Amino acid sequence: MGGKKVYRVLIGKPGLDGHDRGAKCIARALRDSGFEVVYTGIRRTPEEIAMAAIQEDVDVVGLSSLSGAHMELFTEVVEALKKHNAEDIPVIGGGIIPEEDIEELKKRGVKKVFTPGTPMEEIIKTFRELCEK
Amino acid sequence: MDIKSIIQGIKDKSPRAIARAITLVENGDIWVDELLESLDKKSIDETMIFGITGPPGAGKSTLTGKIVGYLRSLGKRVGVIAIDPSSPISGGAIHGDRIRMMEHSLDGDVVIRSMATRGRLGGLCASAGAVCRILASSGCNPIIIETVGVGQSEIDIIKIADVTALVSAPGLGDDIQALKAGLMEVADIMVVNKADKPEAQMLAVELSEIARDKGTEVILTIAYEGKGVDKLYHAMEEIYKKQVELGTKQRKRWESRKKEIVDWVIEMIRPEIEKQVDSMDRDLDKDPRVVANSIVMGLKKERNP
Repeated sequence: MGGKKVYRVLIGKPGLDGHDRGAKCIARALRDSGFEVVYTGIRRTPEEIAMAAIQEDVDVVGLSSLSGAHMELFTEVVEALKKHNAEDIPVIGGGIIPEEDIEELKKRGVKKVFTPGTPMEEIIKTFRELCEK
Repeated sequence: MDIKSIIQGIKDKSPRAIARAITLVENGDIWVDELLESLDKKSIDETMIFGITGPPGAGKSTLTGKIVGYLRSLGKRVGVIAIDPSSPISGGAIHGDRIRMMEHSLDGDVVIRSMATRGRLGGLCASAGAVCRILASSGCNPIIIETVGVGQSEIDIIKIADVTALVSAPGLGDDIQALKAGLMEVADIMVVNKADKPEAQMLAVELSEIARDKGTEVILTIAYEGKGVDKLYHAMEEIYKKQVELGTKQRKRWESRKKEIVDWVIEMIRPEIEKQVDSMDRDLDKDPRVVANSIVMGLKKERNP
């Protein structure tokens, strides 16, 4: 009661992509920084991820994709949230994402995109800043 | 979203409003009392609350997911509260229970909420009771609470749930031994999950021995395949109906309310006490019980000067 707000985030892997080490790694790092992390598991549809984010009332959605389908899948999660009047939940993403795609993803509403080699502190900081908004 | 639209949204079964309401309760928002007082008392009273508990890895989440599937086939709107432990070090938590229930995530009549214990022992979180009442008001009946993976003494679930099933599985070995003293005595139903494993029959026999005196039913399930799930659900419902007939359900609910009130009072006072103790330096060499007593005396004096 009256304690500091606990931030809740969702980590999801949309589409046909079984490589979840990165996602789990981020989830664990977030937990260790005091976040409550809902992990959806692999091979989710954008709609499933959006609905889970709404029911869990998370502050941020983090997506991971290593399959190359990030343009469609990340965008579809943003769209699905919008469809359910939840466009206020920010979406960020990470994975194997070519430099030239990042600007386009941002135009489509993905708030931030991380590529391999990003220091964990920077990722956590971004989650925290978006939660505080 | 303002409090008025949240209150209306719960009645309209809006997923967003229900989710927001739960967050308000969890965070102790200033609007919580108004929100909780607006809830539908009749639904709360008539909603069955089932507890699923058991050691880590017994299959609680998978079983819960399958029970939800079965309930949907009967056309019921279901609420699920899945509780996971908060890290004692960082305060963070990982909620993975949804992974076993994702098949229901597009179903508007399945309301799933993951919650962390946030420092509370006993296998539940402090807000579990209030969240049940929110879900009940939004038309969910029954509500299933899945506890954290438990050991011996996390028996808070039996106070809040009308009927509690204790799930165990072969191969967990010593966990079962440990459970015998605490949870096994109070569970309403015992479930042997992973019943396709060779040691399952053995475990069922062992449990039946313990269960015999109380007449507790032992049910075999293979959650992954959905086997035995209908039988388990109907056994829980049967016990609930009997409690209603005998009048024990209402008595149990009042007891549960009393316990929840005490828990909330302690929860609300805690930060103030912690602040007081935190600023203490000279009394730390005294016996902790003696110091505690003087703090309580001080509180009483504040009340009746």
